[in-house]
Amino acid sequence: MMAPTTDVLRVEDLSVAFQTRGGLVRALDRVGFTVGAGQTMALVGESGSGKSVTAYAVMGLLETAGRVTGGRAFLGQTDLLATPPRTMARIRGRRIAMIFQNPRAALNPIRAVGKQIADVLLRHGGATRSNARDRAIEALRAVGIPDPARRAKAYPFELSGGMCQRVMIAIAVAARPDLLIADEPTTGLDVTTQAVVMDLIGAMARGSGMATILITHDLALAAERANRIAVMHAGHMVEEADTATLLARPRHPYTARLIAATPTAAGSLASLQSVPGGLPDLRQADRLHCRYAGRCERRQDACDAVLTMRPAAPGHAVACWNPL
Amino acid sequence: MTSTSTINATVSHIRFVLGENPVTLGAAMLFAAFLVMAAAGGVLAPYDPLASDTMRALQAPTWQHWFGTDQLGRDILSRVIVAARVDIGIALASVTLVFAAGGLAGLAAGFFGGWVDAVIGRIADNIMAFPLFILAMGIVAALGNTIPNIVLATAIINFPLYARVARAETMTRREAGFVDAARLSGHRDGALLLTQVLPNIMPIMVVQMSLTMGYAILNAAGLSFIGLGVRPPTAEWGIMVAEGASFIVSGEWWIALFPGATLMLAVFCFNLLGDGLRDIVDPRRRT
Amino acid sequence: MRAVLLRLAGALPTLCGVVVVTFLLTRVLPGDTATYFAGPTASAESIAQIKASLGLDRPLPEQFWRYGVALVHGDLGMSLTTGQPVRAEIIARLPASAELTLCALILAIGIAVPLGVAAAVRQGSWIDHICRVVATAGVSLPVFFTGLLLVYVFYFRLGWMPAPLGRLDAFATPPHAVTGFFLIDALLARDLVTARAALAQIVLPATTLALFALAPIARITRASMLAVLGSEFIRTARASGLSGPTVVVTYALRNALLPVVTVLGMVFSFLLGANVLVEKVFAWPGIGSYAVEALIASDFAPVQGFVLTMAVLYVLLNLGIDLLNRAIDPRARRGA
Repeated sequence: MMAPTTDVLRVEDLSVAFQTRGGLVRALDRVGFTVGAGQTMALVGESGSGKSVTAYAVMGLLETAGRVTGGRAFLGQTDLLATPPRTMARIRGRRIAMIFQNPRAALNPIRAVGKQIADVLLRHGGATRSNARDRAIEALRAVGIPDPARRAKAYPFELSGGMCQRVMIAIAVAARPDLLIADEPTTGLDVTTQAVVMDLIGAMARGSGMATILITHDLALAAERANRIAVMHAGHMVEEADTATLLARPRHPYTARLIAATPTAAGSLASLQSVPGGLPDLRQADRLHCRYAGRCERRQDACDAVLTMRPAAPGHAVACWNPL
Repeated sequence: MTSTSTINATVSHIRFVLGENPVTLGAAMLFAAFLVMAAAGGVLAPYDPLASDTMRALQAPTWQHWFGTDQLGRDILSRVIVAARVDIGIALASVTLVFAAGGLAGLAAGFFGGWVDAVIGRIADNIMAFPLFILAMGIVAALGNTIPNIVLATAIINFPLYARVARAETMTRREAGFVDAARLSGHRDGALLLTQVLPNIMPIMVVQMSLTMGYAILNAAGLSFIGLGVRPPTAEWGIMVAEGASFIVSGEWWIALFPGATLMLAVFCFNLLGDGLRDIVDPRRRT
Repeated sequence: MRAVLLRLAGALPTLCGVVVVTFLLTRVLPGDTATYFAGPTASAESIAQIKASLGLDRPLPEQFWRYGVALVHGDLGMSLTTGQPVRAEIIARLPASAELTLCALILAIGIAVPLGVAAAVRQGSWIDHICRVVATAGVSLPVFFTGLLLVYVFYFRLGWMPAPLGRLDAFATPPHAVTGFFLIDALLARDLVTARAALAQIVLPATTLALFALAPIARITRASMLAVLGSEFIRTARASGLSGPTVVVTYALRNALLPVVTVLGMVFSFLLGANVLVEKVFAWPGIGSYAVEALIASDFAPVQGFVLTMAVLYVLLNLGIDLLNRAIDPRARRGA
């Protein structure tokens, strides 16, 4: 293998469907990617593209209407998708952890934040009843919260959004997981806090060799923070490459559109292009062919064939019949 | 606004909800049956509900007397049927009264705000400070032991509920802006209330009525049970249960059972119907 | 502590309102007390005399002042039928009512909260359907009727329960009064026989009341559990791998209890009213049956005293609910 690092998570052919009133929605179709130790992989796409569904499926937290219809997700040697729920509950928090957007709502409103960290430590981290409090305070200190002994007694409504996200990170990394999934971790935070939170996640990952999946709609954020980027569209993975390659030489028309639509320090707002069209209806029977075709200006007859990811260059895969 | 298409849409929506929800349909049919009993009780009853016949006293249900006879030999089935008019009448009268009074008070409070709102809110709070059934007892005891006073007491204890719902609805409508639009085009307050706000809060108030009908019947029957309001020999479900109470311990179950079960069924029917109507008018609050 | 005092002060206007309403019920409404006291054959002269002796001929503000002064001295008037001061009789009978209502409340919460939780956790299962039927049917039950049904089945048919004749049967002696609650007093006296007898008497009336109070509690528990289980912090708790019981009890239930506690105010309003009916059915010697007896005899002072007592109790209960809410919810604690 080329990669110098070992794979922490390897997702293969993951498919997920939701049973809805309008019929079966194929939310994910044969999604695959890998994340190496100490690496940050960004899943980028519009809302509804399946980024979060991918994360929830891997975590075993799909809501009851959702069902994994195929694929494997190896965490080390364990296929998470074949793991029974009770065992999954022991893996979550201990080997994979997750943080969410809107941190204040993601914390229990009537439990002191120190206790919420202690709950996780007691469950996974080997803390005992007598030292859980001290270790929770340690964890708060580790995420850079000033005066952690006092803050441990605070409730989420008494802390700022940025503070709450630090608490979330403390909860997530409490048991030193191998993989952290960060689902839009900076949405709703102000710009300076965003940077601080992302720096903190990066520092945590470097310190422990933890792999990170960064889920975001913000390509600029992904470009700044991730080693690799996977672009998702309508439940398909359309392109995956290391960050520099993807930005410099996108092969999929949708990636190119996304890059064009992302404001950069160099570009001006005037040159900003939005991605035309909307997401396709996913309720139709097996949509194994390209789901971007309806929005694509490079569409041709070949696009009606079954779509798969194909290598475009070493370490660069694209799912397109007529790539750039 | 009310073109045939919107009426058709409403009808199809109601049909959809009823089709989805056979329980509501059943409750509606049962409700109709109770209304018929209340309207035509005298015709439906097989015997004179007041005619006593001591030779036939305390008979268990037979083919002649489906529900048996009471301690005076009166036919219980006939009495249960005739009582529907008294019970449903009291409930309807009190609910209509509080619908008008509470609705108007809430409308005024929500529309004018300020001291009107403060005074009405204070009155409602004062009523709510009492356990409601006990307040009703106190009111009937003070005003005198008559049916109109039972109606009044039941209306008073429901007043806060109606006033609050009407007030909240009025305030949302007022904030919706079309009232301001109408005011700018030269309508006066009174006209605005009646033409713009009132029709809009009607559906939710009607739901409120059907939701409180059951409670109103329970309340009236409870007052009669403890000897307030309706007096013997008038047939009324609460009194009939009270009369049957002393026979329960000696095993004559039918005297209390049939009026009690009918009362329960009526209340159950109103509650189901209220829930169903709420689903039709306000699907968001569905639980 | 300061918060408790503040809340108490906040309840004062409500208490004043209660006193004013009770006064209005006694004096101002058309029911003519004096005519009543004088009896049907009284002359106009004797009615006037009675009016003067009761102070009913004075101007209203003065009457209200006297009423208030009497209340402050704990004077609720005299009962005509028993010749006893109303206050003494209400105090003597209050423990019986309180014991019954509390037993019913504990029973109702003990069944309704787990039922509502189970229904929400297993949404759409048979237990969820049971919960929904209970919630709708429970509020439709006329308590006086369910009480009689229970008596018929468990006393007359099965013979499992004693006759519905008060707190203890005629041959038992009540335990030495410490709390006034027979169950507790008998246990304090280590008198297991009496405790058993008292328990046997209270089971049916308490069950009757509990069946009635169950419905709103189960309904709101289910609804608020469903809302909480769908919230973001529960997702976090699951993502952190916390165990099922921790997620459901420590995280979800404690949050879901906030609306349940709020609804208890309404449940108390129902319970105190239904208590009157149940006391009549089971010949329970509490203040409810006292008021009913007085009502039938048209003896007004006990009825007014009863209404006032219940209203004051209700205000205090609501105060307790408010404090309980603050104990559970840190936002309410720090916000105020």
